[in-house]
Amino acid sequence: MAQFVARRLLLLLPVMLGILLVTFVLLRLIPGDPCKSMLGERATEEKCNAFRERFGLNDSIPVQFARYVTRILQGDLGVSIKNGRPVTDVLAERLPMTMELAFLATVFASTFGIALGVISAVRHNTAVDVGAMIFANIGVSMPVFWLGLMLAYIFALALKGTPFQLPPSGRLTAGTDLPSLLSVWGMEDAQGLQRFVVLMLSNSVLLNALIQGKFAVFADALRHLILPAVAVGTISLAIIARMTRGAMLDALTQDYVRVARAKGLIERAVILKHTLRNALIPIVTIIGLQIGSLLSGAVLTETVFSLPGIGTQVVDAIIARDYPVVQAFTVLIAIIFVVVNLIVDISYAYLNPRIRIS
Amino acid sequence: MIRRLLRNRSAQVGLIITSLIVLTAIFADIIAPYAYDQQIRQPGLRRRSPPCIHLLGCDRNKPQLLMGLDSNFRDLFSRVVYGSRLSLQIGFLTTGAAILIGTLLGAIAGYAGGWIDNIIMRVMDVLLAFPSLLLAIAIVSVLGPGLINTLLAVAIVSIPVYARVVRSSVLSVKEMDYITASRALGASSARILFLRILPNSLTPTIVAGTLGIATAILDAAGLSFLGLGAQPPTPEWGLMLGEERNSVFNAPHLVFFPGVAIMITVLGFNLLGDGLRDAMDPRRRV
Repeated sequence: MAQFVARRLLLLLPVMLGILLVTFVLLRLIPGDPCKSMLGERATEEKCNAFRERFGLNDSIPVQFARYVTRILQGDLGVSIKNGRPVTDVLAERLPMTMELAFLATVFASTFGIALGVISAVRHNTAVDVGAMIFANIGVSMPVFWLGLMLAYIFALALKGTPFQLPPSGRLTAGTDLPSLLSVWGMEDAQGLQRFVVLMLSNSVLLNALIQGKFAVFADALRHLILPAVAVGTISLAIIARMTRGAMLDALTQDYVRVARAKGLIERAVILKHTLRNALIPIVTIIGLQIGSLLSGAVLTETVFSLPGIGTQVVDAIIARDYPVVQAFTVLIAIIFVVVNLIVDISYAYLNPRIRIS
Repeated sequence: MIRRLLRNRSAQVGLIITSLIVLTAIFADIIAPYAYDQQIRQPGLRRRSPPCIHLLGCDRNKPQLLMGLDSNFRDLFSRVVYGSRLSLQIGFLTTGAAILIGTLLGAIAGYAGGWIDNIIMRVMDVLLAFPSLLLAIAIVSVLGPGLINTLLAVAIVSIPVYARVVRSSVLSVKEMDYITASRALGASSARILFLRILPNSLTPTIVAGTLGIATAILDAAGLSFLGLGAQPPTPEWGLMLGEERNSVFNAPHLVFFPGVAIMITVLGFNLLGDGLRDAMDPRRRV
C-alpha cells in the first residue's frame, strides 16, 4: 500500500512541474508591462527599473523559473506585486472561505446526490425515478451563476419575513464581531508556518467561531453559506445522482444481490450493505472529479454572493497581472487536484479489497 | 443506428429542443419583434419594465413585451432570440476547432507512440489538471477580453478531451489485421491513419462533441458573465445576465429569462449527447 502511494506521488511530479511551467509561461505572455499596470501609466523608467529589479523581472525567463521552483519547494510563495503582502498571507486570508464553501457544497451534493440516485435505482422506472432524472438533467444544464442569483431572489426577497429567509450576500451580518485568533491568543508576532496555520484557522469563520465558543456567530456564518453552497453543489448533486443510479442499477442485477435476498436479508440491508457498498467505486471517483467543477463554480458563485474567497481573488489577480498571486493559486489548485486524486485512488483500495492485494 | 437513436427518449427530447433553437437562430429576424440594440422609448414605459403580454390581460395600448425591457430600454425577448445565434456559433465553432486539433494530436500520439505520444499526452494531462473555466479565464486574460478570445480559450481547454478519445480508439485498432493488410498492400501512413483508423473514432468523438457543445456554451456564458467574454451591446446570454445581475431584486425577469435560455440550450445538447451515447454503445442496446 505504501509503495502504491509512493509510486502515485512520484508519477505526479512531472505533471506538477508542467503545471508550474504552463502558468509561468502563460503569465509572461500577457501583453503589457506589470510595472506600468502596478505603478500606473506615468511611472518613470527609473522607477520601473527599480521595480523590476526588486521583483527579479530583469533576469532571463529560465532563471526566473528556476528561482520560482526553488522558492516554492522552500515554502516561499513570494510577495504580491499589487500590495506587497506575502502571498502566504493572501492565501491564508482567502483560502478558508473557499474551503468552507467547497466542503459544504460537497457534503450537500454527496448526501442528496447519493440518496436521490439510490431511490431512483430502487424505484426504477417509476414516477419517482423519472422525476429524479428530469431534475438531474436540468441540474447539470443550469449555469451556476444564474442558479445563485435565482436562489438569492427566492430566499432573500420572495421568502422575506418567513423562517426560510436567508442572506443573499456577504460572509457575516454587518456589525458581527469576530476577532482574529492572532489577537485572541496574543500571537501577533508569530512567523512562518505557525502564523499561516493560525491565520487559516482564524479566517475560517466557522472554525474560528467554534473555537471562541461564539455559537450565534457560527450559525450566522453558516446561514450566509447555505445559498452559495447549494448553488455550487447542485450541478455536482445532479451528476452524482446520475452516476449513483447507474452504478446501483448495474449492481442490483448481480448474483450476490440475489443471494442476499435469497437468504432472507431485509431489503434495507440488501440495498445499503450489499448493493450500495459495491456501487461506491464509480461514485467516489465522480465525487473526486467534482472538485474541479466545484472550484470553477466557486469563482462564479463568489462573484454572485460577494464572498471574499480564492475565486474572486484569482480573477482580481489575473486582471491586475499579479504574477506571484496567480502562480500561487495555480500551484494550490494543482495540489488540491493531486491530493484529491490520491485520496480517490486510496479509497478504491479501501472499498475494494481486490485492488489492495494486487 | 439512427432508428435506435430516434427510439431513445432523451435523444427525442434533445433533438426537439436543439432543432427549435436552431430554427430560432435561423429565423431570428422574423421571430424577434425588434432589433437587439433597438431602444423602445414610449410614454409610460420605464426602463426595466416587467413583461407585458396582451393575452394575459396587459393593457393593449402598451406595446407587447414578452420578457420586458432591460436597463437600456431594449426588448429582452428580441435580445434572447438573437442570443441563440451567438450561443450556437460559440458551441459549434469552439467544439469544431477543438475536435479538429484534438483529433490530429490524438491520432499522431496514438499512431506514432513512443516519445511523441508521451510529450503530447503529458501536455494534455497538464491542461486537464486545471478546472476548464479557470484555465479559460487565464487564457482570456493573456489574450484580452472579447468574444473571439473567449472562443479561442474555450476551444483550447476542450482539446484534451478529444485528443484522449481519438488516441484510445487509434490504439485499439492499430494492431489489427486489416491495418497490417493495408500496410502490406503499400498504403501510406497518412492513408492508413485517415481512411482506416480514424473512422473508428468517429462515434465516440460525435458523442463527446455533442456533450462538449453544452459545456462550451456554459463556459463561454460564464466568461461573459465575469465580463471577460462578449462585450456590450452583444446579445450574449451570459453577458446579459452579468450586466443585469444587480437588478435581480427589483427586475428579476432580466436575470430569469437569459438564464432559462442558457439552461434549455445546454439541456438540449446534453440530452442529445446522452441519447447518442446510449444508441451507439453496444452494451446498452439490450
